[in-house]
Amino acid sequence: MIEFHLDARSGVAPYMQLIHQVRRAMRLGLLTEGDQLPTVKEVVGKIAINPNTVLKAYRELEFEGLVKLRTGVGTFVARTLSDKTLAAHAPLRAELERWLARAREAGLEDESIEALFLSAFRAQTEARS
Amino acid sequence: MTDAIATTGLTKNYGRKTALNDCTLTVPTGRIVGLVGPNGAGKSTLLQLACGLLRPTTGSIEVLGERPGNGPEHTARIGFVAQDTPTYAHLSIAEHLRLGRALNRGWDDALARERIEQLGLDPAQRAGKLSGGQRSQLALTLAVAKRPELLLLDEPVAALDPLARREFLQGLMEHTAEHGTSLVLSSHLIADLERTCDYLVVLVDSRIRLAGDVEELLAQHHRVTGARREASSLPSGHEVVYQSHTGKQSTMIVRSSAPIEDPWWTVEQLSMEDLVLAYMTEAGRIAPARVLEGHR
Repeated sequence: MIEFHLDARSGVAPYMQLIHQVRRAMRLGLLTEGDQLPTVKEVVGKIAINPNTVLKAYRELEFEGLVKLRTGVGTFVARTLSDKTLAAHAPLRAELERWLARAREAGLEDESIEALFLSAFRAQTEARS
Repeated sequence: MTDAIATTGLTKNYGRKTALNDCTLTVPTGRIVGLVGPNGAGKSTLLQLACGLLRPTTGSIEVLGERPGNGPEHTARIGFVAQDTPTYAHLSIAEHLRLGRALNRGWDDALARERIEQLGLDPAQRAGKLSGGQRSQLALTLAVAKRPELLLLDEPVAALDPLARREFLQGLMEHTAEHGTSLVLSSHLIADLERTCDYLVVLVDSRIRLAGDVEELLAQHHRVTGARREASSLPSGHEVVYQSHTGKQSTMIVRSSAPIEDPWWTVEQLSMEDLVLAYMTEAGRIAPARVLEGHR
């Protein structure tokens, strides 16, 4: 089971935030096929949002084929997104952490690190396509 | 389907003072409605008209398809939590529930007792000894145990600290998820409503400035900025809600169902707070401008 949170200042619509969080959890292998998502009542009781927002996110996820709504039972993850690449996560993360440490040693601030990473990421994505 | 609230030309005067002026409004059922506006805008008056505590001066109001205050059957379908969540200080929680049971025919005693237990409150405790957050939870319990189809809450969290505020809204959303109750929540703070409501009504100076589905309203409003230009240069069909000009730059909030494709402008999405503030600011600016003109 995962727990949702909401960033009110992000400018991203609440239902989209919930969708992102489910997708991210699936990518990271925290949610795999057959896992149950919290019920609408559980979600709104935790983060105090409109129940329709949760329903909308779950319906959208169902439309994408990522979850299945079983009436009266609950909402279940329908696929496993994290595949063989999951094994590569730990070493890649360790490498990234070493890189982050070097960036800090070089005196970069959080904002510069983020900007540098994003610009390199975008440039590389563009070069590939 | 019957509307939760439908008003036509609804007006309420207190003596010479107009609290609500010519309000025409339709609110569908099954929604969580945020009723927003500055203090004194007429929010409480509208809610009290909706639950039958007040009668209109002119115009009409229907709630769940009937005129409010028309009889006990209709009143039973509406729950109301007044501002400052009033309770009887000398009565215990258990006595409040007994009163609720005696006065309401559709009273759900199991729901009420379960809620008190979940909140960790002692039924023998007197309401006067409760914290602000606990007292508001007791008032909410009394309102939801009626099992109303429509629940009206006047500034329910205004007096609460952030934690109690969150806990109150959690409980309220849980109840809504379970029972499908239509809600109207009033507040002068948009942040309280931003997470919870999907329908918005903005009331300023006794008039309705804006009403509609939150997502539709956000899709229709845009913030446009660019080098200085007059609002009249925008194509027709674009309603300017708010504008501000410096020597070089113009910023406007524009309502338009069509996208704005003029490359002159940088177009941005609005948050609900930006949207409400734009309507409140513009309404507030019109009045002082008239005063200044009078001095010339």
